[in-house]
Amino acid sequence: MADSILSYITLAMILFSIGFLGVISRKNIFIVYMSIELMLNSVNLIFVSMGRYYESIQPQVIALMIIAIAAAEAAVFLSLIVVMYRRKRTLNSDLFTSLSQKDSNE
Amino acid sequence: MSNFLLAWIVLIPLLSAVSLGLMYLYSIKISKISNIVFTTIGISAPFLSFFIGLSFFLQMIGNDEIFVYKAYTWLGVTGYDIDMGFMADKLSIFMVLFISFVGGLIHIYASGYMRDDKGYGKFFFYFNLFVASMLLLVLADSPIIMFIGWEGVGLCSYFLISYYYEDGANIEAGNKAFIANRVGDFGFIIGLITIFYYAGANGFDYINLEANIASVSPTILTFIGFSLFVGAIGKSAQIPLFVWLPDAMAGPTPVSALIHAATMVTAGVYMVARFHFLYDLIPNVGLFIAYIGAFSALFAAIIATKQTDIKKILAYSTMSQLGYMFIAVGLGGYSVGIFHVFTHAFFKALLFMGAGAVIVALHHEQNIFKMGGMKNKTPLVFFTMLIATLAITGIPPFAGFFSKDEILLTAFSSGQYILWIVGVVTAVLTAYYMFRMMFVVFFGKNYKEDRTIHFIPKSMTMPLVVLAIGSILAGLIGIPEVLGGHNIVGEWFVNWKHDSLHVTHNTELILMGVNILAAFIGIFIAYKKFYMYDMKEVPKFSGLVWNKFYIDEVYDTFIIQKIKQLSVFISYKIDINFIDKIVMGLSRSFIRTGQYVSRMQNANTRFYAFTMLVGISAISTYLIIVIR
Repeated sequence: MADSILSYITLAMILFSIGFLGVISRKNIFIVYMSIELMLNSVNLIFVSMGRYYESIQPQVIALMIIAIAAAEAAVFLSLIVVMYRRKRTLNSDLFTSLSQKDSNE
Repeated sequence: MSNFLLAWIVLIPLLSAVSLGLMYLYSIKISKISNIVFTTIGISAPFLSFFIGLSFFLQMIGNDEIFVYKAYTWLGVTGYDIDMGFMADKLSIFMVLFISFVGGLIHIYASGYMRDDKGYGKFFFYFNLFVASMLLLVLADSPIIMFIGWEGVGLCSYFLISYYYEDGANIEAGNKAFIANRVGDFGFIIGLITIFYYAGANGFDYINLEANIASVSPTILTFIGFSLFVGAIGKSAQIPLFVWLPDAMAGPTPVSALIHAATMVTAGVYMVARFHFLYDLIPNVGLFIAYIGAFSALFAAIIATKQTDIKKILAYSTMSQLGYMFIAVGLGGYSVGIFHVFTHAFFKALLFMGAGAVIVALHHEQNIFKMGGMKNKTPLVFFTMLIATLAITGIPPFAGFFSKDEILLTAFSSGQYILWIVGVVTAVLTAYYMFRMMFVVFFGKNYKEDRTIHFIPKSMTMPLVVLAIGSILAGLIGIPEVLGGHNIVGEWFVNWKHDSLHVTHNTELILMGVNILAAFIGIFIAYKKFYMYDMKEVPKFSGLVWNKFYIDEVYDTFIIQKIKQLSVFISYKIDINFIDKIVMGLSRSFIRTGQYVSRMQNANTRFYAFTMLVGISAISTYLIIVIR
């Protein structure tokens, strides 16, 4: 059992790192979004496996809540992407710079 | 005992000054207040102080009582409490009496002299403030409180010299007085600090200092005595800090009479007399003081013989008489010095006020060679001034004779024959320059006979008469025993060391004869040269003496210009190349750092995420390694 929790956590860490690499290396905003979801779910995986390991119900509840919130967040995020695409006609996240100091007078 | 009244001697003029100042502001800002109000308040203050002083004086006759009143603790540092204290001993009360009395008379005179001035109320504000400061100076019970008054009189002197502030020269004269006094005050402060450090353990008032002073080593005492005397040099216009006094004549004439003749300039003499317990222990410094006094007296008298401005003649004469006082106090004859302060206050105030009256009568003409023939036009001024002139030259029975004679007697009997000779020569010169002024102003033939004489109000002539009576009678309190008199001043100050008068009565009489002879020689030379002086044209002077030995120029070249060069060097070299570089470099480095940091705010989401990763990794590493 102790070995199996370690392998679950290792898997979660690998998934998290992949997600993070995706966030900082990809420009397409959809892929960035998917990477974020991947990171979120890697954390979820830790919760679930911890719940099994300690035979406790609380981590399972938190995992369920994260899934629910992720669903709501997905709706917001996707609609934001749609709005931004309409503005800029692009999905390249490097071009969304309207909050930077240089371009603030845009 | 009603000791709290001591505080009121100072408080009355102070409160009066404050109310006059407020009323003057009200008068110029809101609605006009009549001059009568200012006059009444301004004049009554010094006389009220005089009467309070008189009540203390009467209580003191025949005993050695010292009145002390501690109002409150002014500075309370544990172990070093300085009280706002007032002390009236025989010296203080003597000074209070003539300061408030002569001061009051000059107030009356000023009410006539300044009556058309638009800053009338302001003038009386300064005047009362000055009287308050001067009274605080003499009534203080510790050197610190005395120093408040000391600075207060300096400040008022500065205000009043620059009174006619529209003219830049007057402001320069005020600045000069202030700066020259600062130089002296620096020495004074050093002296105060040293005496506080070495003798102030049990309290810093005069009584405790006197008790503690003997335990201080003589070297330190010499240093203290010398430093304090530097302050006296500045305030009392002795060599080398006298340059401000002649320029101080830029102020209105009552100011010259009150501040630069009768009271403030004698503060230095008072200070030496007040610290008599200190100077008794260091006769070498006393001798130094006496020599400074003697040469200031001679120097000023020489310069005065060539001056043409009536007020400047009197200014140099004041410096010369102050020199006499320092001869006396330096040699330990404190009562003699204070006696001369007292008589000098009367006749010098009278001379200045008479000069002021002549100046007013001639529509503000100050050159004596443009006056002439004033004897018939202003006879009262002539007679009173003649009395004062006889007093200053030392003709018996006028006041100056007795005090000056005692000073020269002190010098002679102490064995300081150089000082005595200098004193006698100065007496000849004094008689010469005073009668030169009198002959030219009052007897000189003036070809502009028809010019109108400006009206001189009663308020200006009345104090002249009172002071003239004072100049005749003031000496009578100090008639030496050899003349069958009874030296009241000497008895009044009997507690002071006075062991130097070991001369026979015959010597004393001969010395007196020498003094009178000296005065008559001076008068005779002046008579020969200047009686019925023909003033077709104003004589032109040149030469060393007329140019006041080029002292001002020497100071200008060697001190003022050097300081200017130093400040130019500092501002253009050190400031620009050094200070500015540091300050500006600092600000530039902030800007540059800010520019670097602002590059991180580039709105690149991926970059933000990366920095977040770096930060989280750093924190995690820290937590794992350090905390486990």
